[in-house]
Amino acid sequence: MGFNIYDFTGMTHNMHVSFMEHMSPLMTTIVEWTIIGVCYLLFIALFGLFLVYAERKVCAMFQQRMGPMRVGYWGLLQTIADFIKLLMKELITPKGVDKFLYNLAPFIIMIATFMAMAVLPFAKGLQTLDFDIGVFYVTAVSSIGVIGILIAGWSSNNKYSLIGAMRSGAQILSYELSVSLSLVTMIILAGSMQLSVIVEGQRDAWFIFKGHVPALIAFVIFLIAGTAETNRGPFDLAEAESELTAGFHTEYSGIKFAFFFLAEYINMFIVAAMAVTVFLGGWMPLHFGSLESFNHVMDFIPPLVWFFLKVGGVIFLIMWFKWTFPRLRVDQILTLEWKYLLPINLVNILLMSLVVLTKFHL
Amino acid sequence: MNGLFEYIKTVFKGVGTLLTGMKITGSYFFRPWKHVTQQYPENRETLKMFDRFRGEVIMPHNENNEHLCTGCGICELNCPNGSIEIISMSVLTEDGKKKRAIDKHIYHLGMCTFCNLCVKACPTGAIIMGQEFEHAVWDRTKLTKVLNLPGSKIAQGVKE
Repeated sequence: MGFNIYDFTGMTHNMHVSFMEHMSPLMTTIVEWTIIGVCYLLFIALFGLFLVYAERKVCAMFQQRMGPMRVGYWGLLQTIADFIKLLMKELITPKGVDKFLYNLAPFIIMIATFMAMAVLPFAKGLQTLDFDIGVFYVTAVSSIGVIGILIAGWSSNNKYSLIGAMRSGAQILSYELSVSLSLVTMIILAGSMQLSVIVEGQRDAWFIFKGHVPALIAFVIFLIAGTAETNRGPFDLAEAESELTAGFHTEYSGIKFAFFFLAEYINMFIVAAMAVTVFLGGWMPLHFGSLESFNHVMDFIPPLVWFFLKVGGVIFLIMWFKWTFPRLRVDQILTLEWKYLLPINLVNILLMSLVVLTKFHL
Repeated sequence: MNGLFEYIKTVFKGVGTLLTGMKITGSYFFRPWKHVTQQYPENRETLKMFDRFRGEVIMPHNENNEHLCTGCGICELNCPNGSIEIISMSVLTEDGKKKRAIDKHIYHLGMCTFCNLCVKACPTGAIIMGQEFEHAVWDRTKLTKVLNLPGSKIAQGVKE
């Protein structure tokens, strides 16, 4: 079982072969599914906790504070302590809730998150599913989450939850368009919806450089719409602490609340990972056309490091938005989408098509 | 056509204002040494409070154990919640005249709201706001303080 940090294809293949030697094909499938599931679970739990910590630190830095400093060195263990606290809390079911839907909602949101994670290419060969409609699959699956949000708000028997869920529904349905259309812009450039092909196509130049102006516009639109998709500030009027206490997850406590919380942060990761995969070259190192020595130095950095560096950068940008801009009103959110992002997006698709047709790209 | 021009102008103006906001928060983020948070118990030795911080009312005395308080009672009148009690006495001056002087300037720290009105009202500047803030005690009678030190008297040349 050779281990190569630049290419995981051989490792996963060897694992599969050695499993097949010792077990029946059915057992092999079950064992492989279990291993992948455990990996994703661990990754979501640990990375989610880290993102919560990072968010608190970044937010504090933007506000000239220091953030958590007491639990562990520089507060590193703070979110773990918070998580243990959430695990020990009582699961309260308020009077008059629709019990089945109320208990189902957190799982729907978690399932949507897990499903969207499945196609993300972390490095060469580190991709669970490689559909030929990968981009389409991500946009389709990530909109399942809104059903969970609507169910959570509806079943909670709480007017604030319902208002929050309805706002969230209106917002996500509108911004789904912008996300899809900005991805369509890049699909025109890439010529494929398969994520591995899209990443492979950025070997020489990342699509944001290759597609120059239209790609940059699409990237900005994707970031804005992606932030709205994940219900994060400045588009967080679904939870609007000051008006709706916490929106659709007001009535949830303990681990069910933690599910919503984790799903929100992992969704932010998924948006950042999609932005990185489609615009910023995925796990591909930074290459400049003819600078051979520079390209070799960049090749030396493992793809996993590249991927997480870029994802970290995009997540930082999204956090920057959240802690700078004030929350938009409902009408402002819909105006931004239908009067600005959507027309710009459509014109941008036309522009990108012209660029691709005339081969006016790098 | 004019409408389209206006539309594009709005987009660019909007993006511009957003960037202005991000520049400001970014300047906070990338200058962590400007943080205002104090790590209090750890930096207790080096902690310096700010000039305008109102910790408690104090009456400064000079090296001859003299203060500036004339015992006029204006601070007592100005205190909204009766935290200050002035007990005055009369003393004989050198030329045989009777004159009012402070006997006890009683300050109830437990009732004080640190509104600064007594300090503003004091005609001679005898009381000021100190920077001490660790006021926790086990017995609340300790919160009643006499500000003028025992045996102190008014400094020379303080006009009534």
